[in-house]
Amino acid sequence: MGVEIAVEGLTKSFGKQLIWGDVTLTIPAGEICVMLGPSGTGKSVFLKALIGLLKPDRGSIVIEGTDIATCKERDLYEIRKLFGVLFQDGAMFGSMNLYDNVAFPLREHTKKTESEVRDVVMEKMDLVGLLGSEDKLPGEISGGMRKRAGLARALVLDPEIVLFDEPDSGLDPVRTAFLNQLIVDLNAQIDATFLIVTHDINTARTVPDNIGLLYHKHLAMFGPREMLLSSEEPVVRQFLNAQRVGPIGMSEEKDADELEAEKDQELPPLPPIPLQIEPSNGIPRRSQREPGGWCRDNGITPPPGSFEDENAAVGA
Amino acid sequence: MASSLNSKVLAPIGTAGGLFAFGLDVGRQLFRRPFQFREFLTQAWFIASVTIIPTALVAIPFGAVISLQIGSLIQQFGAQSFTGSASVLAVVRNAGPIATALLISGAAGSAIAADLGARKIREELDAMMVLGIDPIQRLVVPRVLACMLIAVFLNGLVSVVGVAGGYVFNVILQGGTPGAYLASFTALAQLADVWQGMIKALIFGLIAAIVACYMGMNAGGGPKGVGDAVNQSVVITFMLLFVVNFSMSAIYFQLVPPKTG
Repeated sequence: MGVEIAVEGLTKSFGKQLIWGDVTLTIPAGEICVMLGPSGTGKSVFLKALIGLLKPDRGSIVIEGTDIATCKERDLYEIRKLFGVLFQDGAMFGSMNLYDNVAFPLREHTKKTESEVRDVVMEKMDLVGLLGSEDKLPGEISGGMRKRAGLARALVLDPEIVLFDEPDSGLDPVRTAFLNQLIVDLNAQIDATFLIVTHDINTARTVPDNIGLLYHKHLAMFGPREMLLSSEEPVVRQFLNAQRVGPIGMSEEKDADELEAEKDQELPPLPPIPLQIEPSNGIPRRSQREPGGWCRDNGITPPPGSFEDENAAVGA
Repeated sequence: MASSLNSKVLAPIGTAGGLFAFGLDVGRQLFRRPFQFREFLTQAWFIASVTIIPTALVAIPFGAVISLQIGSLIQQFGAQSFTGSASVLAVVRNAGPIATALLISGAAGSAIAADLGARKIREELDAMMVLGIDPIQRLVVPRVLACMLIAVFLNGLVSVVGVAGGYVFNVILQGGTPGAYLASFTALAQLADVWQGMIKALIFGLIAAIVACYMGMNAGGGPKGVGDAVNQSVVITFMLLFVVNFSMSAIYFQLVPPKTG
């Protein structure tokens, strides 16, 4: 059914360098969230803090009543069984073939017999379209296949929370589109809480229910997809529309001179908000909202042309 | 400025502390069931396969050099009959453990650090932890035990090959008599020497494996980080092993009085 993740006042620094401070957000149970941010803003660090691989300096991350930031190692290993994580490069164990990789969590944590393991593994391999490649070693397959195999392994224990670390990095647009569709379908199927860390704008615009934006060492904004896509806030607007004009520069922040120079530039109008990707079987997800619902409830007029079918793929 | 200098000066202390804490973690995980027997066997086989031939090749000149050095000196004293005992003493007491230390840290340690380092930067270790498996229990403990086991075997190998090399050198090249070489074995050497060699090797294996695992698991910053980790692990192990070898020898001489011929 999915589990809520409540993050409060989370702060992390490496040495004296602050990565992000005072991040507070609640990732709602069963929904798809995307965490965005320019390169180097600590998105992956945030993800690792959520699974307890990195201890934050301050703050709490509460999952099912357990605070990951302070709990004991033993509890951490228990809590992690709720998670499925897709690492950037799949993080397959190089010494095992794909079948053993995917079967690994089952053999470790369940008392399933080998034939039951086989059924589950084959089902997940089928889900990610890797049937027939079970005997290959991770070194022998392409990056995209490794990623999908990593996804199969992440799903094998029926996790309540699935984290994706840049699922679209290094994939071609077609595979990215397929992967995004797969993510939406999976959410419809298993109802788990999904958190995707990415900087692919197209993914961010079309996949999630909620979007968060990490920028300049803090969480700039977190909220429903339509809220961020219709936001006039300079950082959010610049990033979600991949524009040069705005507070984000080549090196993290623009300096005062640069900002002054572009003060009078007309900001391009907000592009239309695309439709969210729907599950391929047509049955809406439990957490899915009606297109334009948020805008209507909050009295915001979406940019012209929003929520029209032909716009679904625009924005990349 | 002062603080950055400070942190640079204090960094090695942090590493030493981290290494020690890591050692304690390994000690604790040693008793966690289920013991990874397969991994232990695979690793033992792997370490043996990368160290046996170099060890044998290093041991032959080791024994030969000792015979060469001692042989001519002893000849001047007119005590050729003691060449064998001197050779045994030198090889079993010191050359064995030292050659073992070199090979264990150079061949086995670097291989372990490279393996774990590569897994670390591919996020395999993170993935393992996320799957609820402690990599120390799963990967490090079997490696440490395998390394200790193989170190003891290597020490035996060096002793045998070194003494044999000394024999060949002494008897064939220096004209010593085979009987005298063999008969004098027990003149200075004693059984305790063999034991201390084995204990030394055991501890060398432990240190080399722990340092290698620690450096490998803390590798960072891409492929270069793995290279650095391997390099540092070999250097640190070398230094540690020579210091430990010295102190263990010193303690040994206090505990076991040298045999007087």
